[in-house]
Amino acid sequence: MNSVIEVKSLRKSYGDLEVVKGLSLSIKSGEIFAILGPNGAGKTTTVEILEGFRTADSGEISVLGTDPAIRGGAALAWRNRIGIVLQSTQDTAELTVREAITHFASYYSNPRDVNDVISLVGLAEKADDRARTLSGGQRRRLDVGLGIIGRPEVLFLDEPTTGFDPEARRAFWLLIKKLKEEGTTILLTTHYLDEAEALADRVAVMNRGEILEISTPAQLGGRAHAQARVSWREGEVIESEQTDSPTEFIKTLSSRFSGEIPELSVHRPTLEDIYLSMIGATNE
Amino acid sequence: MSNQLPGALAIGIKRGGLEIKQFFRQKESVVFTLLFPLILLAIFGSVFTTKLAPGVTFSQYFVAGMIASALVNTGFQQIAIFIPVERDLGALKRLRGTPMPAASYFIGKAIVVTVSMVIQVVLLLLAGVIFFGVTLPTGADKWITFTALLISGSLVSTILGVAFSSVPKNARGASAIVSPVVIILQFFSGVFFVFTDLPKWMQQVAAVFPLKWLTQGMRSVFLPDSFAKREIAGNWETGRTFAIIGIWLIVGMVLAIRTFKWDRDRS
Repeated sequence: MNSVIEVKSLRKSYGDLEVVKGLSLSIKSGEIFAILGPNGAGKTTTVEILEGFRTADSGEISVLGTDPAIRGGAALAWRNRIGIVLQSTQDTAELTVREAITHFASYYSNPRDVNDVISLVGLAEKADDRARTLSGGQRRRLDVGLGIIGRPEVLFLDEPTTGFDPEARRAFWLLIKKLKEEGTTILLTTHYLDEAEALADRVAVMNRGEILEISTPAQLGGRAHAQARVSWREGEVIESEQTDSPTEFIKTLSSRFSGEIPELSVHRPTLEDIYLSMIGATNE
Repeated sequence: MSNQLPGALAIGIKRGGLEIKQFFRQKESVVFTLLFPLILLAIFGSVFTTKLAPGVTFSQYFVAGMIASALVNTGFQQIAIFIPVERDLGALKRLRGTPMPAASYFIGKAIVVTVSMVIQVVLLLLAGVIFFGVTLPTGADKWITFTALLISGSLVSTILGVAFSSVPKNARGASAIVSPVVIILQFFSGVFFVFTDLPKWMQQVAAVFPLKWLTQGMRSVFLPDSFAKREIAGNWETGRTFAIIGIWLIVGMVLAIRTFKWDRDRS
């Protein structure tokens, strides 16, 4: 597969503060790629450079074969092929969903059908309501609708589900998966590890301007081979054991208890556990 | 699949329609921009009923000033307040991320300014004629000057609004900074009072800015020519008026292009 986004040794400083320190990554066509990291890790700066909102100090950057720093007519032709969903926007408040999406469609050479987009983002019943009357989750789906109306080959999603309730978040994930099925390459930044796990083909963990690791969610930080923790109640105390072979361990445990093991649980490290230990290790 | 991007003018005209829709759906903008000048006219027209000269009522003088102010309200004030609001809400950044040409955004703004300006001028003239006995000019030359002042004045006012839009740090600051600037300029420029009655230093400050010249230009349209000798220069200074508007147009254009910001500042 050819790569849609290619970054080599990207550097960016604001004054004396170097916020991105020689970052490299490659995102394949049709992939959902998530960038994870704490606030101040340099995620937003990196993504805004890829979106063409900021320019890098040095490094090679290519998005759909174009340097996002281009300006003028060529920049518009490039923007015609990408979609951007920014963090919390509150504009177009006085327009209806349909008016806003119809208008944004007029910017592109080959937009999607407005009604298709409205139903794709699940706003068919709200199509003629003003944007300001939408709930947080609906508003965010309108943002996605505006981001995908131009039939983008690459979609940038910046913290798309911040402030969603769990149900809205699930609905949103389904939408993103649908876009992936249609072949859209998606670059996602998020604070939610479960979101990265549910959506991303690969994740990059970023801290202090550097990428610590790029891997699939299942394999990040050696997660696939990490020890499981078995815990159970022994009289008044909760005991636990780290083990490579939890099944064997439970067998011996069950022979000791001759029946139900009180409060038995087997815990494998979640993406969040792995992530926190990676960030913690670099912050020490 | 077509690869041809829509033209800047076509998108700009669509944006104009959208801007007008949004303008009229926001009660604050309708009241603030269109109704407030009428309220001022009602107050000043009722309080000051003196005659300034034979056949020249204060209302006649005041309506000329308010029409000049209408160019500032619908252009400078509207633009310098709403661009920071749009910037704060992320609207400008969103647009920057699309293939919309930057020119289309400004074409849209020019359309909404023109429409609201024409509405405001018509409302002021109607209210002036119906309630305050304002008489309209009859000569074609007066109407030509009037039209030239509307077009050039609205243009300079809008461009200076774009230039000024990078001054307020955020949406809340915008009206707090822009409104006092406009009100002070109105006082200094002889909108609310007879210009020649103002202290010398106020007149000199006002003479730097376009509003004083627009106001004087509108007086040359709405007041009899016999009144010209009561102006500072003893005549209407029409040539100088358009020259100063022209200079501000160029200055405003340079400032607007150099300072325009699509994204809010990061702390």
